[in-house]
This record gives sequence, structure tokens and C-alpha cells, in this order.
Amino acid sequence: MTGYLIVSAVLLTCGVVCMASKRNAVGVLMGVELVLNAASVNFVAAAEFGPPAVPVQVATADAIGVGLDGQIAALFVIVLAAAEAAVALAIVLAFFNQHGTADVDAASELRG
Amino acid sequence: MLAAPPAADLALPVEPAEAVESVTLAGWLSDGVGLDGFWALAVAAAVHAFVLLNLFGVLPAVFIWVERKWSARLQDRLGPTRVGGRFGWLQALADGLKLIQKEDLVPDAADGLLFRASLYVPAISVLMAFTLLPFNDRWVAVASDCGLFLILAVLSLEVVGVVLGGYTSGSKWSLLGGMREAAQMVSYEIPLALTALVPVIAAGSLSLREIGVFQAGWMFPNWLVFANPFCAAAFLCYFTVAIAECKRAPFDLAEAESELVAGYFTEYASFRWSMFMLAEYASMFVVSLIATLLFLGGWWTGIAPLDAALTGLNDWRPDVGVEGFGVGGYLANVLFAGVVCLKASLLVTVQVWVRWSLPRLRIDQVMATCLKYLTPIACVLLLGATLWPLGLLATLGRPTVFGSTFSASPSPLGGAIVEQDSALPNGDGEAGEALR
Amino acid sequence: MTGADALFGVFAALACGGALGVAAFRSVARMAFSLVVCLSAVAGLFFLLNAPMVGATQLIVYVGGTVVLLIFGVMLTDAGVGRRMKIGLLETISMTFIAIGLAAALGWTAVGLGRAIPGAPVLDEEGVEIVAATPDTLRPIGLKFLGLGGESGVGFLLPFEIISVHLLVVLIGAAYLARAKRRVDATPETPPEATRETASDGLGEQA
Repeated sequence: MTGYLIVSAVLLTCGVVCMASKRNAVGVLMGVELVLNAASVNFVAAAEFGPPAVPVQVATADAIGVGLDGQIAALFVIVLAAAEAAVALAIVLAFFNQHGTADVDAASELRG
Repeated sequence: MLAAPPAADLALPVEPAEAVESVTLAGWLSDGVGLDGFWALAVAAAVHAFVLLNLFGVLPAVFIWVERKWSARLQDRLGPTRVGGRFGWLQALADGLKLIQKEDLVPDAADGLLFRASLYVPAISVLMAFTLLPFNDRWVAVASDCGLFLILAVLSLEVVGVVLGGYTSGSKWSLLGGMREAAQMVSYEIPLALTALVPVIAAGSLSLREIGVFQAGWMFPNWLVFANPFCAAAFLCYFTVAIAECKRAPFDLAEAESELVAGYFTEYASFRWSMFMLAEYASMFVVSLIATLLFLGGWWTGIAPLDAALTGLNDWRPDVGVEGFGVGGYLANVLFAGVVCLKASLLVTVQVWVRWSLPRLRIDQVMATCLKYLTPIACVLLLGATLWPLGLLATLGRPTVFGSTFSASPSPLGGAIVEQDSALPNGDGEAGEALR
Repeated sequence: MTGADALFGVFAALACGGALGVAAFRSVARMAFSLVVCLSAVAGLFFLLNAPMVGATQLIVYVGGTVVLLIFGVMLTDAGVGRRMKIGLLETISMTFIAIGLAAALGWTAVGLGRAIPGAPVLDEEGVEIVAATPDTLRPIGLKFLGLGGESGVGFLLPFEIISVHLLVVLIGAAYLARAKRRVDATPETPPEATRETASDGLGEQA
């Protein structure tokens, strides 16, 4: 369990650094993907190792750990990440067509 | 854990009578030779990986030779005749040697690291698919519950290497090839998955092994291609999409030599180029093998008495000094694996035939074929295959046309509860393969 | 050391290395490649965690879909391979501090949590540890989605449907966003039909 949590922590840190330090909008998106993946690693690890959601009476696979709820949460994370990437990329493309660059610092028109 | 002791028996839940006691290579190493658990597992995994790697390496060489001979015949030529005797059967080896000797070029404009790294992605993804393919009901490296889904997943990795390789070559031709590839592969994955689901609905399992076992008996009507009209149509649809997925003509827009020099691998030379070719020919075999397993009866010959005789070999177990090792069973497995490889090779030959017979489409035609025709057709087939058993149940009173030889999709709840207890054991990596 | 531990080491190293690469590389193409390595290794971790279904979904949706989409975006927006965008010294220093702080906090929590939940062995009635011998989670997941067979009886059908509708909206929205732009800067010398179709199709399908 510890190992998986540490991997997840590394992924999250790298993702946050990436989001904050990249000036290319696609790079920022990649940071978001890393953060989401850190979350799903935790979900699946909890599904395997976490305390049982229900008292263990039957020796079935889904009575172990948090059970499959964690895995299902991870599935949702993956699907939503795909949706998020599609929308964000469409915005980036629209921005690129407008300004000719994908530099997030150039998006300052609405600054007060 | 996944790497827990390798599956001792891959015996089937549906055919308990045939569950002859078998011994895995890892089991034999730890019990007979005396290695400890981890090392026995590691050695067994290494042996299996070596076998699969050779299969992965040798098959493309064979198919390249087949393609050269067969295309030559189609064009009224002779093809290779000199190397290795009369039929030029060593031509692929000679080609390989020639390629290795060539200079290893990396263009100045390319991103060196990525240019060198990305060519391994297609090869690795296809090799991973080999570990998931069952060659008969006991020879499968990873017998996963969602085997088909996993294979489609690892095959979809191929596109990443191609796109990155094309993009980082620093050449316009490669870039265009890579972009076409990205658009084409990502679009064609949808009809591929949908058409592959049609036989899955008929068989009621995503495990390729269970689907294969399901098709035992006479060719008609037990093979899934004959299961219902939607399956037959799905087979044609799947095969078309599979050709596109392998980037073969008439869908080879990513490497269209009349427009893009060589598309995404324009800048690659020598052995790096041949890695792409290796992946392409191996993936032709993989999609053909999936088609065989899903539609064409898997490893069964389709002639019930012959299959029964081959299965009967399992009982022939002369003593050869290794406990649990049945010579007859091993022989049967080899023969079944030969049958499935033969069927898949025939499909590869058909792919070659198609390639040298049809003209190449335009890129917009390729995309239109996929999005306007193949995807809707695949959706209709999926829906039809779902409704077919229900319709038959309402009219004929049974889920299939041809009596009770096989049952269409079991009720989800009942099937799940029965199967859950006796679910297939899963090995880690190559370790689950049983050596009989 | 068991086989599982060894494999965990390999996958964890690959995942962390890939993540560091994404954060460290300046060239977007290299970042994309590191992301592929990282996400594939995470899929490997999922397989180790007896979640082949999640792992396969990760590969097919994330690596085969989302990342290809990202690379596509890189191709469409980048001026040339390896063009880097510089960031300031101040930003670099502050980022380093944030990274170290975050890593320390998360690492401390991870170790603490790992001690608190030491992978509690699940025992059956006779006191034998149940190792999750069957990684076949496909059918249980399906039943869980439908709300059948689970002890709690609460399924995920509603969230599943909401997500489906959400995805449909996203698909249409993304296609619209990418499309409307093209109409605006359609100059007299419009790009040939082929390229336009390729671009919007690749996008629409991905969502």
C-alpha cells in the first residue's frame, strides 16, 4: 500500500509542477493528466488493500478491500479525463487559431 | 497477488471431464529441479518470453516471403527465386542481413532521443498482444477474463509510436504520414471494437479462450461466423477494419508511397526501418488470429470426429520420466496450435491478396468509409446481434436457430454467478502458460 | 522478494521516471513520450492490483486515445519539433520549493497511511488469508454497474448514464469549438477538403 501511495504522490507532485511551470497549453494539459492518474492509482490501490466495505462473510473477489467501488471510480476518472482533454484541446486549438501561439501567458486579454 | 503461484491448471470450467492433471513449467522447475518459487517463476517466464519472442520474430519473416511470392504471382512475375534454393525461401533472411548492414541515419532536424525511442512502441505493443493470444485451450501466456479487451487495448498503443516517430523525424512527409495515421487509427478503433463485440455477445464471454472453447464441434453451425447473420456480416466488417488497422492497402494512407515517399517512416533506415515492418507484419498476424478465434472456430478443425480424436490424444500418457507430463496432450496442443496458425495465415494471405488487387483510397475517402459507413454499420450489427436471440426466443422459443448445440448469451446474472466460482486462474506475465 | 514486488519496482520506477520526464522536459514532444511511458506503467500497476479491466481501459482510452489526441494537439499548435518555451529563473526557483514541499507533505501522508492500513489481510472463516486469487473482475464490475449482485444493492447505473450524456455533450461541444474556429479564418485559398476533414474527425472521435 505504501509503495502505491508514494508512486501516486510522485505523480501528483510532478503533475502540479508541470501545470504550474509549463507555458505551453498542451504541457499544462499533460500535468492535469498526471494529477488525475495519481488519483486513480490511489483509488485502485484502495480497492485492493483498503478496509473492506462490508463485513467479510463470503470469499468473493468484491468482498476484499473497498471492493470494486475503487476500480469503478478509477474508470470514471479515466473516462472524464478523456472528455476533459477533448474539450481543453478544442479550446487550445481555438486559442491557437486566434493568437497563433499556444502560450498560456498570451491569454491576457481579459485581464483587468 | 497477480504473481502468486502460476496457474496450476488451466482446465475449463465448462468441460470438467477433460481436466487432465497438468504441470506448468514453473511447477516442474520448483518441484522437480528444486529452484525456489521466485526463480522458478522467473525462469519459466523467461523461457516463455523467449518462445513468444521467436514466434514474433519468425512470423514476419515468413509473411514477407509469402507476400513477395504471392504478389509476384498476382502480377504474373516469379518473385524471389535464387536465395535459399528454388523458391527463394531465404529471401526474408537476406533482406534482414542487408538491412542490418546499412548505415544508421538520424536526420539533423529530428529529435534524436524520440526518433530512436519511438520505433520500439509498435513492436512492443504487438509483442504484448502475442502474450494474450490463446493458441489452443492451454497455451496462453495470460489467460485474462477480459482478454479481447486487453488485446484491443495494447494494439491501440501502436499508433503512439507511429505518430511520435513521424512527428519527431523533422520531415514534412513524416509529419503528414503521422497525422494521417493518428486520424485514421483513432477513428478505425471504434468500428474494430464494435464488430469484435458481436461474436462476444453470441458467446457470452470476453475471454478469447472461452470464446474458442465455445466453438467446438462441427463447423456449421458452431463457428461464430455462422451463429447468426449479424455475426457473418460482422466478420466481413471486422476484416475490412482490421486491414485498415494494420495500415495495409487500400488503407495505407500513412505510408502512401505515391504521395508521401514512405509516410511516417520516410526518415528511418536500416534496422530501425525493419522494426516498423516487423510490427506491421506481426500485427497482420495478430488481427488475423483474433478473427480466427472470434469467428472461425479458433483452434478447432471444424470437423467434429477429427477434433474428438485430437482431444482424445490427451489420454495417451506414456511415462517419459517427467511427472505430470503427457506426451499425447502435448502433441494435441501442438496440432491445435498448428490449426489456429494455419487459419490465421490463410487470412494473412487474403490481406496480401487484397493489398495487391485494390487501388489505394484517398485520405478523405478513408475517413468517410470509417465514420459514415463502417461505424454506423457496426452499431447496427451490435444492436442486431443483441436482439437476435431475443427475437428467436419470442418466435421459435429457443435462442438459436439450430437447436441446442450451443446456447446464446447466457443470462447475465445466472452466468455470472456460476462463472464467478470457477473463474479462470490468471498467471502473471508468461507464467500462466501450462506446459503439458 | 516475490515476483509481484519485483514487477512493482519496475512499474513504479517507470511511472515515476515518466512523470519526472513530463515535468522536466522542455520539448513538448518529449513530454508526450514521457507521458506515454508513465501512463503505460500506471496501467501495469493496475494489472498488479488485480484490476485488469481498469488497466485495459487506461491503455485504450488514455494512452491510445487521450495521449494521441494530445500529440495531435502538439502537432497542430507547435511551430517545430523541439521548440521550447523558456520560463523565468524566479518561476523555476519557486517551483522547486513548491515541489519539495508538496512531495514532502504527500510522502509523509503516504507513509503514515500505509502504516495505518497495512494491506489488512482478509481472513475467511477458517482464518486462512484470502489472497485475491481471481483477478477476474470483469463480471463483478459489470454487475456493480447495473446494481445487481452487490451486497449493498446500490449500483452505478445513474452515474454511468450521466457520464454517457456528459460525454455526448463534450463530443458535440468539442467538435463545435474546433469547427467554428476554422470557419472564421477560412481564407479564399481554403485548405483542401482532405486536411480539414482529418483534423476535425480526429478530434470528434476522440471525445
